[in-house]
Amino acid sequence: MRARLAILLALMLVAHAPAFAVQPDEMLVDPQLEARARALSRELRCMVCQNESIDDSEAPLARDLRLLVRERIKAGDSDRQVLDFLVGRYGEFVLLKPRFEPHTALLWLAPLLALLAGGAAVAVAWRRRPAAAGTDRLSPDEEARLAQLAGREDL
Amino acid sequence: MIAEVGHFALVLALSLALMQAVVPLVGARRGDATLMGVADVTALVQFGFVALSFAALAACYVASDFSVLGVYENSHSTMPLIYKFTSVWGNHEGSMLLWVLILGLFGALVAAFARNVPPTLKATVLAVQAWIAAAFDLFILTTSNPFQRLWPAPFEGRDLNPVLQDMGLAVHPPMLYLGYVGFSIAFSFAVAALIEGRIDAAWARFVRPWVLAAWMCLTLGIAMGSYWAYYELGWGGWWFWDPVENASLMPWLAGTALLHSAVVMEKREALKVWTILLAIVAFSFSLIGTFLVRSGVLTSIHAFATDPARGVFILCILVLFIGGALALYAWRAPMLRQGGLFAPVSREGALVLNNLFLTAACATVFTGTLYPLALEALTGAKISVGPPFFNATFGPLFLPLLIAVPFGPLLAWKRADLAGVAQRLTGAFVVALLGIAATLAIEGRPALPALGVGLALFVMAGAATDIAERTMLLRAPFVTVMRRARGLPRSVWGTAFAHFGLGLTLLGIIGETQWGTERIVAMRPQQTVSLRRYDFTFDGVAPRTGPNYRDLVAHFTVHRNGETIGVMEPAKRTFPSRGTTTTEAALMTRGLSQLYLSLGDPGADGSLAVRIYHKPMVLLIWLGAVVMVIGGGLSLSDRRLRVGAPRPARARAAAQPAE
Repeated sequence: MRARLAILLALMLVAHAPAFAVQPDEMLVDPQLEARARALSRELRCMVCQNESIDDSEAPLARDLRLLVRERIKAGDSDRQVLDFLVGRYGEFVLLKPRFEPHTALLWLAPLLALLAGGAAVAVAWRRRPAAAGTDRLSPDEEARLAQLAGREDL
Repeated sequence: MIAEVGHFALVLALSLALMQAVVPLVGARRGDATLMGVADVTALVQFGFVALSFAALAACYVASDFSVLGVYENSHSTMPLIYKFTSVWGNHEGSMLLWVLILGLFGALVAAFARNVPPTLKATVLAVQAWIAAAFDLFILTTSNPFQRLWPAPFEGRDLNPVLQDMGLAVHPPMLYLGYVGFSIAFSFAVAALIEGRIDAAWARFVRPWVLAAWMCLTLGIAMGSYWAYYELGWGGWWFWDPVENASLMPWLAGTALLHSAVVMEKREALKVWTILLAIVAFSFSLIGTFLVRSGVLTSIHAFATDPARGVFILCILVLFIGGALALYAWRAPMLRQGGLFAPVSREGALVLNNLFLTAACATVFTGTLYPLALEALTGAKISVGPPFFNATFGPLFLPLLIAVPFGPLLAWKRADLAGVAQRLTGAFVVALLGIAATLAIEGRPALPALGVGLALFVMAGAATDIAERTMLLRAPFVTVMRRARGLPRSVWGTAFAHFGLGLTLLGIIGETQWGTERIVAMRPQQTVSLRRYDFTFDGVAPRTGPNYRDLVAHFTVHRNGETIGVMEPAKRTFPSRGTTTTEAALMTRGLSQLYLSLGDPGADGSLAVRIYHKPMVLLIWLGAVVMVIGGGLSLSDRRLRVGAPRPARARAAAQPAE
């Protein structure tokens, strides 16, 4: 059984299976530090993948970054220091949540701006409504037609 | 030969679309019934030709005709028949043909079934529909011909991307497209209304069933895609805020807003101008989604720049239709008459609030998806906008919406009494508080997830309250309640179901994200690992052969409290034709929760890396979506939509025997 397993596993390696996200051998022994590493990994982008965090990615680069994050955590870095270190090395592209800076201000304010613009539009429409009130009344033509219809009803 | 027939059928469809784009419009201008009637015929025949074209392509795929380039690149002779068929739309060219097929289907449905619509409106709608069809037919014929021949014909195909060889993916794109393209009807109706310069409550009644149907398909399509990613990608995530997913979420948000504003327009003749805009916006997001996914702009701006033919073409379609429609809107909308008045606290007011937050959420997703592209194009700076950003912005925008959901249906039209409604929701508040208390008692702090559970329960109980109030549940004898329940309009049931489903999905999301647990371990045979009172024993691995792949299956026995409750067999699947390997996760359903096992790499010491997840209440995420769709279906079957506008008295007399 054991020998067969080894053979099958070897076969699998030959078939070039993709490595999968976080490997058991990467993980830190201290569960608290590991939890921090996992949380940080979810905020970091695997730069060679399409929109995947290094926590999810199977790429070798993601593995390197995961190890790097854990190395920095073991060295006693705070979360902020780990992120600073990675940004310093790879640029802000590595962050899945961009920092609030002049060139990302519009991005971060977009939800608020959308809400305010929508609210303003509603307010303007509200202010204008007395003008629209007249349309609720019938025009003379319609009054006449109504009277005619009502008259017919009486017959 | 078959491929050429398909190609030619598409050319014929294009020429018919061009005719349909012009003639009915002239007819509508002149009031010429014959010219307007042309649209009905061309819409049906055009659909027939696109269907013929699609059938020809499908025949090439099913017969593994590798002299067709697309078949060679995306199929393999040993593939199961069902995947040979579904690989028709597993690639760019074929999926665009599916897009126009569905567009043609909707056009034909309008031609055949929209009998109550005034003839000029109908003719104009079908003409607008034909503009879209012509643009996309032309796109396929000039840049993405699925019938491209290859000479000499290769002996064997290159196989479909293995992750696409799955039932989930077989059904997901057609559903999504039914939703995307379904909004084209609302768009055509909006543009037609602007051209005619006339709009009333009847318009909303004509459009609503189409919007509902499209929304249902889109909801189901998104849910299916999410479930597919969940079990196929092997790490148990179900939503990634990927640009491709966002591309489908944006039309959904706009469509949901449209669904709600159309109610106001139909019932109260208010929000007309806004509803027209939303109808344009919803389909615009469908077009933007198609552009994002199909142009390659997402992969990188550079990929787009090096092979721009397709991207530029779709971009032109985009600019033409969105820009054109918005320009028409800016010109004509001020001429439309505004209708019904209402106080801020009223059903209408609640629906305005709904629209405000849904569109703001939609704008957020739009900005987050396109900001990195725009920034790179303008300044060269590369940033990433990923899940942490969307979670931080989308969540807070949805929160007030969710709190407001139970109030909406209970508020009266025109002017409502908020305190009275809050009082009627006492039961729902109590249910929510009990839920919070129970969650805190069982799971302990932090309090935030417990509040989330409370909110989900509030949404669900609120939906039930509406039905309970209307049927006089617990206040009247059972017989009366049953009679009233049967007498309720189906759309009331639809609202309740859809809102209840929303609560279910929310509950599932909270359960999975807050209490999901995971273990990543290297396991040797006969070793046991436990997670949340479940014990997993790794029995060993064995090979297994499929039709066009080889599996390496790991066998696990699962125990709970010493009792065997089943086996799980995750696998690594290798496709020799492409030399690629996929992870086939094993799932075991326990009530609404799931156990999830997926395999990683073997270690040097003969161990196997294994990821084990316990995902509490995870099934609710998709079950909630299904309940929402059922709600949509109930609304769709509502009598006033089935019957529509009044019919001639004679027809009605025949349809209704003496009561």
